[in-house]
Amino acid sequence: MILSSTIKRILTQLRHDPRTIALIIVVPTLLITLIYFMYDEQPAVFDRIALTMLGVFPFIVMFLITSIAMLRERTTGTLERLFTTPVGKLDLLFGYGVAFGLAAAAQATVAAGFAYWVLDMTTAGSLSLVILIAVANAVLGVALGLLCSAFARTEFQAVQFMPLVVAPQLLLCGLFVPRAAMAGWLQAISDVLPMSYSVEALTEVGANAEPTGIMWRDLAVVVGAVVVALTLGAATLRRRTP
Amino acid sequence: MDTAIEVTDLVVKRGKRVVLDGFSCVIPRGSVTGLLGPSGSGKTTLMRAIVGVQVVESGGVTVLGHPAGSTPLRRKIGYLTQAPSVYADLTVRENTRYFASLYRLKAAVADEAIAAVGLTGAAGQLVADLSGGQRSRASLACAIVGRPEVLVLDEPTVGQDPVLRDELWDHFRRLAADGTTVLVSSHVMDEANRCDRLLLIREGALIADDTPAGVKHAAGADDLDQAFLQLIKRQAVAA
Ligand SMILES: Nc1ncnc2c1ncn2[C@@H]1O[C@H](COP(=O)(O)OP(=O)(O)O)[C@@H](O)[C@H]1O
Ligand SMILES: [Mg+2]
Repeated sequence: MILSSTIKRILTQLRHDPRTIALIIVVPTLLITLIYFMYDEQPAVFDRIALTMLGVFPFIVMFLITSIAMLRERTTGTLERLFTTPVGKLDLLFGYGVAFGLAAAAQATVAAGFAYWVLDMTTAGSLSLVILIAVANAVLGVALGLLCSAFARTEFQAVQFMPLVVAPQLLLCGLFVPRAAMAGWLQAISDVLPMSYSVEALTEVGANAEPTGIMWRDLAVVVGAVVVALTLGAATLRRRTP
Repeated sequence: MDTAIEVTDLVVKRGKRVVLDGFSCVIPRGSVTGLLGPSGSGKTTLMRAIVGVQVVESGGVTVLGHPAGSTPLRRKIGYLTQAPSVYADLTVRENTRYFASLYRLKAAVADEAIAAVGLTGAAGQLVADLSGGQRSRASLACAIVGRPEVLVLDEPTVGQDPVLRDELWDHFRRLAADGTTVLVSSHVMDEANRCDRLLLIREGALIADDTPAGVKHAAGADDLDQAFLQLIKRQAVAA
């Protein structure tokens, strides 16, 4: 009951901000279109990059939105007040996770649908698996955003966490250099970054008609990372503050 | 006297400063108690300790027989933070309904709270578009919506026009008459006359705990402003 009304509250806040909704929905589609024209002559390259981006965009967007939204809860005093009410930490964590997860699902569906039907992206596996992995990645962004908001005092600082969290994962996920071709220590870093697994899972869907064991394992790793990040995030939510 | 809030030897440090140093007081049930003192004297800190969101060094705070901040109190306490803490990107009604839902209360209860703070006409407006005074009333609506047994209000009347201020005090008096324990902080002395009891606080120390008439009598002054000054002087001499 508290969880569902918290989800509703967060979605209502989003609904009052049509510009943000438009950005969430339209920007990934626009960027994928851009990639389409960049690789006009190389449909195979487009397929690979667009597929990866379908996983990366929801992560970035949801990370940003969540860290700012949670920071606002902390700085405007609403979090302090909520902690004097029957709200539990899990209501808040899952409230944000579910609400923004739903927004991410909408985003991923539009972007992936557009890539498939308008830009002729092709994958051996099914579209619904692509969306599933994209949403898992978005929820990972939500969880990390909740965690990082604890270390920022201003929205300005919160935004600065994005390159810190996103750039290494994007560079080392295998999109630019195949993971197998990386130096050993870079591979070791790549091995502990969750996005490496979501990108690998997407690649599996791209190459195989049926879901593979590797894909399910990778998805499980991403979900595991979500649980770890949420647990750490819960530890940063303190009822009592100095 | 039935006790609602009991603070014993409370020590609170914020940053490097000791804000409350062995503070003790008792607040009776079903009364309006005014917490008065200059800015920076520790009013907000004490209220945060009472609602259970302040890290405390030592000492105890008991509310309705439970340790401050414990689970059973979370449905019985309402807290108005000094700066309005409502969602600016929600309407007044959406905010109040959300807080009502946390106590499993229906939307109609939220509408009553909005009416009680005189915001019915602005219920559909986004909080971001309200004036400062309206915004703090929206925040107040969310504090009273759960019909708490203990209501802790940090400067609820700041920025309100005199008519509204009067109405808000009437409302606090009505709540107390119905058995609610209301703790209101203020740095405006003329409001203090409407309280049953006053706690005068200065630099984290309690310098008076009495009825408004009792405070004036003890200080030998006609108005509370003067009485407060007298008590401070006396305390300085004694120290
Ligand atoms: N977050 C904080 N960190 C450090 N010191 C603080 C903090 N908040 C308040 N203080 C200090 O604690 C003292 C009491 O503050 P406060 O309880 O807000 O007083 P009041 O509400 O009576 O104006 C002040 O000296 C203030 O500077
Ligand atoms: Mg204060």
